[in-house]
Amino acid sequence: MSKARASLGRTAGVHIALIAYTLIALFPVFLTIANSFKSRNAIFREPLALPTPETFSLIGYQTVLKQGDFLGYFQNSTIVTVVSIALVLLFGAMAAFALSEYRFRGNALMGLYLALGIMIPIRLGTVAILQGMVATGLVNTLTALILVYTAQGLPLAVFILSEFMRTVSDDLKNAGRIDGLSEYAIFFRLVLPLVRPAMATVAVFTMIPIWNDLWFPLILAPAETTKTVTLGSQIFIGQFVTNWNAVLSALSLAIFPVLVLYVIFSRQLIRGITAGAVK
Amino acid sequence: MGSLQLKSIRKAFGGHEVLKGIDLEVKDGEFVIFVGPSGCGKSTLLRTIAGLEDVTSGSVQIDGEEVGHVAPAKRGIAMVFQSYALYPHLTVKDNMGLGLKQAGAPKKEIDEKVAKAAGMLSLEPYLARRPAELSGGQRQRVAIGRAIVREPKLFLFDEPLSNLDAALRVNTRLEIARLHRSLKATMIYVTHDQVEAMTLADKIVVLNAGRVEQVGSPMELYNRPANLFVAGFIGSPQMNFIEGERLGDAQAKTIGIRPEHIGLSRESGQWKGKVIHVEHLGADTIVYLDSEEVGTITVRLFGEHRYAEDDIVYATPVIGGMHRFDADDRVINSGQ
Repeated sequence: MSKARASLGRTAGVHIALIAYTLIALFPVFLTIANSFKSRNAIFREPLALPTPETFSLIGYQTVLKQGDFLGYFQNSTIVTVVSIALVLLFGAMAAFALSEYRFRGNALMGLYLALGIMIPIRLGTVAILQGMVATGLVNTLTALILVYTAQGLPLAVFILSEFMRTVSDDLKNAGRIDGLSEYAIFFRLVLPLVRPAMATVAVFTMIPIWNDLWFPLILAPAETTKTVTLGSQIFIGQFVTNWNAVLSALSLAIFPVLVLYVIFSRQLIRGITAGAVK
Repeated sequence: MGSLQLKSIRKAFGGHEVLKGIDLEVKDGEFVIFVGPSGCGKSTLLRTIAGLEDVTSGSVQIDGEEVGHVAPAKRGIAMVFQSYALYPHLTVKDNMGLGLKQAGAPKKEIDEKVAKAAGMLSLEPYLARRPAELSGGQRQRVAIGRAIVREPKLFLFDEPLSNLDAALRVNTRLEIARLHRSLKATMIYVTHDQVEAMTLADKIVVLNAGRVEQVGSPMELYNRPANLFVAGFIGSPQMNFIEGERLGDAQAKTIGIRPEHIGLSRESGQWKGKVIHVEHLGADTIVYLDSEEVGTITVRLFGEHRYAEDDIVYATPVIGGMHRFDADDRVINSGQ
């Protein structure tokens, strides 16, 4: 921001608003992590207090690690999320490239059709999906989840990426064609690096709902070997008794892998801007 | 080697016809410039030659060989784009060598050719840099270098100077002219700037609304425009157009006189008029006159002249400087 425009009052106002928002957004996370280190009684007596030497307890984490195969759940969640993101990005970017680059009959209609999924929630088709998975024998496999999440993420990916790909210079692609690059080489080597910030955005938007989803793991892959972290944490929530220590500890642990993925993608967001290709 | 033949090229986007039957022959070593107003189809024509657009009908031949179904990379052409279109993730050296690398040339040969092209364009200090670290003029030189390295039969330039500032434009123009002389290559160049067209071309092709209006050397177009459009398009300031009736010419609908083919005098002359505006350019003085006989006309005088607004002056056309056009806007050859 230029000095001339930034008055002190204005800057302070903006910062206060942003800090307030940050506090509100981070408060539940703080509460979860703080309480996960407290004993059961302390959680209920003073939910907002930080753990003190008297109330400090690792009982939640011990329960989580003893109960079931939590490491396995993490592995399942990570595999499902990472593979789904990779497939969404690959197929989404390819469809977006075709829609933005080639003139063919029904181009606009096809774009609309591919974007339709943004408006219709995939959960409406749960019964049909389940029937399909049963018929193909994919129930209780990670493949089932990956397929569903890929389908769920594609509409938004195609929509966002095709808009971005329209901004990639035609001259650059044509220069590649004259230099003898194949259409695949143009896509992978010229276009993808230039839309990397958009890819990172799509990855973040795709990742969060997949990692947090309870619905499809519960319906399609509830077996012990295919449980995800979100589903695995549910065993601590009972109809009458809830093991809050364990629930909070499991949730705290579940934050970290997403955090790592997010940091990776957001760095791409900043670094990916490769200026100087044209003009 | 590098001749080009276009036979009744037509190109339509949807129902909209952009090129309406273009015939053209370019000889080996010629510098041909396509010029015309925006939307006349000159860039589309260049793209059809490059193979980046398919023709709707007609044939493109390079060196007598039909290339209608040949991929751009196999046509033996190289193209320089208005926006440079350098690969952002490659160094200058790799940018220039990519075409040969894709064609499977040995590394030693690529290095030699890149070094030679870099030498011609004084790009040696920049070979290890990426395009983002170069100025606009340097980027365009790299783009030209990339074309030279391929040793194409045809060089295609798509408004290569439009993104450069005025001083760089003149320098790069000279560089392209020098390259054409030293490489003796066939070059096809698209521009909307008639100064570029007049200074660089062996042959100018004036396009308008998807048709060729006239083909000829710069001086042919200047001295003998075939129709009203070419007469108005070539030359700056624009040619004066006067209705034939006003000058008592029953045959010609329009009579054209270039601003530099009119003399001015304070004492006597053919047309009396009042000065409405004067532009002093140093080397030239441009005077705008309002006259009863011929309406508003522009006069270009060489050197400095002290005319001012509201002066009464007399204008006289130079003998033989008149171009007469018929009702279809075509020139009437009076055998002059």
